[in-house]
Amino acid sequence: MKVIYLDNNATTRVADEVKEAMLPYFSDLYGNPSSMHTFGGQIHRKIEVAREQVAALLNAEPEEIVFTSCGTESDNTALMSALESVPQKKHILTTRVEHPAVLNFCKTMYRKGYRITFLPVDKGGRLNLEELKSSITDDTAIVSIMYANNESGVVFPMEEITGIVKSRGVLFHTDAVQAVGKMPIDVKKLPVDMLSISGHKLHAPKGIGVLYVKRGVRFSPYLIGGHQEKGRRAGTENVASIAGLGVACELAKKHLGDEYSKVKGLRDRLERELLKCPGARINGDVANRLTNTVNISFEYVEGEAILLRLNEYNICASSGSACSSGSLEPSHVLRAMGVPFTAIHGSIRFSLSVYNTDEDIDTVLKIMPEVIKELRELSPYGREARAT
Amino acid sequence: MWEYTEKVRDFFLHPKNIGEIENPDAVGEVGSIVCGDALKLYLKIDRGTDKITDARFQTFGCASAIASSSALTELIKGKTIDEALKVANTDIAEYLGGLPREKMHCSVMGREALEAAVANYRGEKLPEVEEGGIVCQCYGITDVKIRRVVQENNLHTAEDVTNFTKAGGGCGGCIPEIEKIIKEVWAERVVEEVAAPKKRLTNIQKIGMIQDIIEREIRPLLQSDGGDVELVDVDGNKVMVALKGVCRECVMANITAKNIEKKLKDLVSEELVVEAE
Repeated sequence: MKVIYLDNNATTRVADEVKEAMLPYFSDLYGNPSSMHTFGGQIHRKIEVAREQVAALLNAEPEEIVFTSCGTESDNTALMSALESVPQKKHILTTRVEHPAVLNFCKTMYRKGYRITFLPVDKGGRLNLEELKSSITDDTAIVSIMYANNESGVVFPMEEITGIVKSRGVLFHTDAVQAVGKMPIDVKKLPVDMLSISGHKLHAPKGIGVLYVKRGVRFSPYLIGGHQEKGRRAGTENVASIAGLGVACELAKKHLGDEYSKVKGLRDRLERELLKCPGARINGDVANRLTNTVNISFEYVEGEAILLRLNEYNICASSGSACSSGSLEPSHVLRAMGVPFTAIHGSIRFSLSVYNTDEDIDTVLKIMPEVIKELRELSPYGREARAT
Repeated sequence: MWEYTEKVRDFFLHPKNIGEIENPDAVGEVGSIVCGDALKLYLKIDRGTDKITDARFQTFGCASAIASSSALTELIKGKTIDEALKVANTDIAEYLGGLPREKMHCSVMGREALEAAVANYRGEKLPEVEEGGIVCQCYGITDVKIRRVVQENNLHTAEDVTNFTKAGGGCGGCIPEIEKIIKEVWAERVVEEVAAPKKRLTNIQKIGMIQDIIEREIRPLLQSDGGDVELVDVDGNKVMVALKGVCRECVMANITAKNIEKKLKDLVSEELVVEAE
């Protein structure tokens, strides 16, 4: 049975072009880019090509691109570097809906004596910019706010946010893992100091990330060792993945226009039709959302049960329910948005990519209403569900 | 991805005995939609022989909750009430070829629904409703339930208590208390710190300690849920705090204040009273 993959905010398929670009580094081109000989040294130039490709997607300068091992490393590096650059400042400003890579980093820093402000969001997953403004103090070392949310797909108004933060002269980092490759980002127009990317969210492999560091921003490395990445990130380069990410960024740039409007078309149709299920509701601000994401709740049914029924048809999605999370807590993002418990447990996120087709959506639309109906019949809350 | 057995999968995809029974002789209802799982068990019982002639269920919950409920109904059909009550949560798990440890609470929920139904049939009240204090505020789990599950399942860690009852799986604030209960149950000699008779604290010492505990112990927990608390004043033994952020509107605000009080009583002085603004 064909896999219908609608979980692209979790990870994406490696593009064929990306895979092709990586293969030589597993066989002929295995040299170490730091070596003096041509066999190794030539690899260095390949890395620089990839650096240019990544930079082009962001309209950045190549020397502003630092390759890391993943989005989490990029986030941790950015925050740690910021704190070290202004050691006298002891306040971090972030949001309640960040990825754990930022959230848990901040909690660790809290235990080390930092003061943390977690900005709340409203029902639509939106930030209150007045609250952002009033939370910045002279003691604020860094503001870290994600570009787009992985669960709700809500895109934060980066222009306004960076405007507010930079007017106060505070460092600004954004976890753009979910945004890069899905929407145009121009760091020449947007005054971000640091920005995190994860390769596997845009059809490059897992285990490669990027931290964009604006020229002139004080930076201290997280991994200490050799002189790789101009001393900004020690460790022998993951050459194959770097080359792959370069190609992935080039593809993403190409796809940003037409291909993405196709993705949006599929997402919109999926959403429109699923909303016809009784007791269905969308979580998040639909006006400012990633074009590939829909987070929809089916009241009075439990998310893990939905996912495992879908799994029988090889349909891949994810859920914010407690049971699917590995802990007993439902999604921190949906809780921050104040999604009622009747809906939070039955939340399903579909996230599409350019590889999805009309047929994929047809199949989901055929199966999903059946699954919901069956599970509601099983539920002691079936009557409540019918009343919605 | 959970590692479910074929039998769990089968009982989830093709559950047996689903739905309601018209005019049931007993109904047992446990869990709630807030907690993420709920089970309603319907029984038809022959009044003469006390034999369960039919058992059906409705479950809101994950795959293992649905499979456990269905397994329960299969296990108790045809048994007398007394025989059925011998079905422990471990029997439900065993019937399914095992459950992931983190999902054992689903089997416990089955067992509880059975007890509730039997109590309903006999016109009794559930003992847990009458006795026992709530230990886990997040999921409303009592010490009576924790004690029982610890004994029945031979549990020795707080993590396992969470796996089997959910207690401690929310904010985690009750984990020390759970650990205490486990120790008591296994009658391990709790080496009580031979506490030197508590010295009388000066007011300044007391305020300092209160401040420190709020900063180090209480605020991180609240902040991780988007709330916060501020120490407003200490007047004798009255500690005034202001709840902030989500704590302010939270329906659990009272409980939060009570938790703060408990912590301060444990760590500073038994006499303290906390009031939230």
